[in-house]
Amino acid sequence: MSKKKKQVVEVEKEYKKPLIKRRKPNRSIAGDIALYVFLALVAYIMAFPIIYAVNSALKPLDELFKFPPTIWAQHPTLDNFSDLFVTMGKSWVSFSRYLFNTVFITAAGTAGHLIIASMGAFVLAKYEFPGSHQFFKLVTVAMMFTGYVTQIPNYLLLNKLGWIDTYWSIIIPAFALPMGLFLMKQFMEGLPSSLIEAAKIDGANEWMVFSKIVMPNVKPAWMTLIIFSVQGLWNNKAATFIYSEEKKTLVYALQQIQAGGIARTGQGAAVLVVVMIIPILIFVFSESQILETMASSGLKE
Amino acid sequence: MKEWFQKYITLRKHNAQVAWKKAKRSKMCYAFLAPYAILFTMFYVFPVVASIYYSFTYYNILETPRFLGLANYINLILQDDIFLTSIKNTFMIAIITGPLGYIMSFLFAWLINELPRWVRSVAVIVFYAPSIAGNCYVIFSVFFRGDAYGYVNAFLINTGIIDAPILWLINPQYMLPICMLVILWMSLGTGFLSFVAGLQGVDRSLFEAGYMDGIKNRWQELWYITLPSMKPMLMFGAVMTITQSFGVCDVTMALCGYPSTDYAARTIVTHLFDYGFSRFEMGYACAIATILFLMMILCNKAIQSLLRRVGT
Repeated sequence: MSKKKKQVVEVEKEYKKPLIKRRKPNRSIAGDIALYVFLALVAYIMAFPIIYAVNSALKPLDELFKFPPTIWAQHPTLDNFSDLFVTMGKSWVSFSRYLFNTVFITAAGTAGHLIIASMGAFVLAKYEFPGSHQFFKLVTVAMMFTGYVTQIPNYLLLNKLGWIDTYWSIIIPAFALPMGLFLMKQFMEGLPSSLIEAAKIDGANEWMVFSKIVMPNVKPAWMTLIIFSVQGLWNNKAATFIYSEEKKTLVYALQQIQAGGIARTGQGAAVLVVVMIIPILIFVFSESQILETMASSGLKE
Repeated sequence: MKEWFQKYITLRKHNAQVAWKKAKRSKMCYAFLAPYAILFTMFYVFPVVASIYYSFTYYNILETPRFLGLANYINLILQDDIFLTSIKNTFMIAIITGPLGYIMSFLFAWLINELPRWVRSVAVIVFYAPSIAGNCYVIFSVFFRGDAYGYVNAFLINTGIIDAPILWLINPQYMLPICMLVILWMSLGTGFLSFVAGLQGVDRSLFEAGYMDGIKNRWQELWYITLPSMKPMLMFGAVMTITQSFGVCDVTMALCGYPSTDYAARTIVTHLFDYGFSRFEMGYACAIATILFLMMILCNKAIQSLLRRVGT
């Protein structure tokens, strides 16, 4: 009996094993190798400036000015970063205040954007009502021009509202980023409508459906909205809308240090790393979710 | 004629009534959309309209706007030499970095598509990082420094190609090419991510069917199967690329200075900043913004109608 079973398993194994190693017909090993070499080369070129920037931040001062220059830091130290903190500590507005400003603007802007854009995206994706298509078209048109076009009337408008020189001048406009609504709507369209109908039959109202059913199911899209929003807000110098030094953002303050000339070279390099590390880290940790969202990003007509 | 007109009106009335009834039934939807719609109108729709309105006036914030008619546009095109330079520069940058960046985005997304999973995700990070690395591009001003200690100069002198250092970022001859290089380095952005994701989503069975139908090489596979099934992503990527390449200003301002030598690296957006936030000639600046807006929308429409023909 057991022997027979063994035989069956063996036959099955034989059957399951592919007869030839599956290889797509239009691929050759030479082509693959050439491809790898080419990609590695390009990847090196792409990464070089970033590697260089990180290494400069780790170089002690005497090494920074060495000629011929080295790419990799010979004696890596964190001196530049500690120098940066010392300089920032001596500034009129404390480092922690700048940090608070940026973190507050980024967090508030991103959270508001996520909630408001998702609410809009939910009804645009799942319901049909007069004006819904027109509104969505308008949003896609808004993605077609840069924010610079609207900057002057925006300034006038914020001035009228009395929001100039407050955090709101940066936070509130960030809520209405067209990209977020667009990606969220496209992603929500992939949700099965039966899920929503089932919830409705169970007696949930629209808000319950939105917060309990839809939002937990579109978590990948959250991350995507978050990274685009954080990218924009974290790097926002906000120099045109905010005048008071104590409300300015970290990036602004850091770039002032960077502009300090040759004596600040080491700290300038450290600044570059501090500024770029946050968006890149968020991307590294949320890459798979972002790619999942982008799969539905297509623009149909 | 009159009868036809009346028919038309009744039809319209009927349609409006139906729409109104539907709208009444879907109050909930409007309530959900309202917060976004209000903010969107305030910060995206209204500014465009306002900018078109102000472009016909003289406005300096302090006085009330004075109506000028088309004078701003006429001045821009006929008298403002620097604006013409800036248009030329913007177009140069857009025409070269736009298509190249777009093709690069697609090419690399396509090439890394078949790599093993973890290699692919590392590659995506490496290629995408430059575009989110904040102002990391200022590192290029170290590479292209004007004295003999700049890397590029040192390399060229050591190999004997040149015998005196070149002022890369001050000599108008070299400014734009260097800016383009930097912009290309940063061009694998949102569109690239969209392509990577789109390529992953192409239906595998299409390829099998293609092999049966006698597709011979990778290029045919690309043109007949991959591209047509990614059309929506191609559209999205095009929108992103155009928006980016017409809005160039950060890179040129950071590398070549603001204002740059002989205005050789001035773009439309830099010109807009100059008039809007340095000279406070808001009417004039709005005229620049309107022209930029129209350029972008027209270009987008043109490219989209072009892309619809892909793979047919």
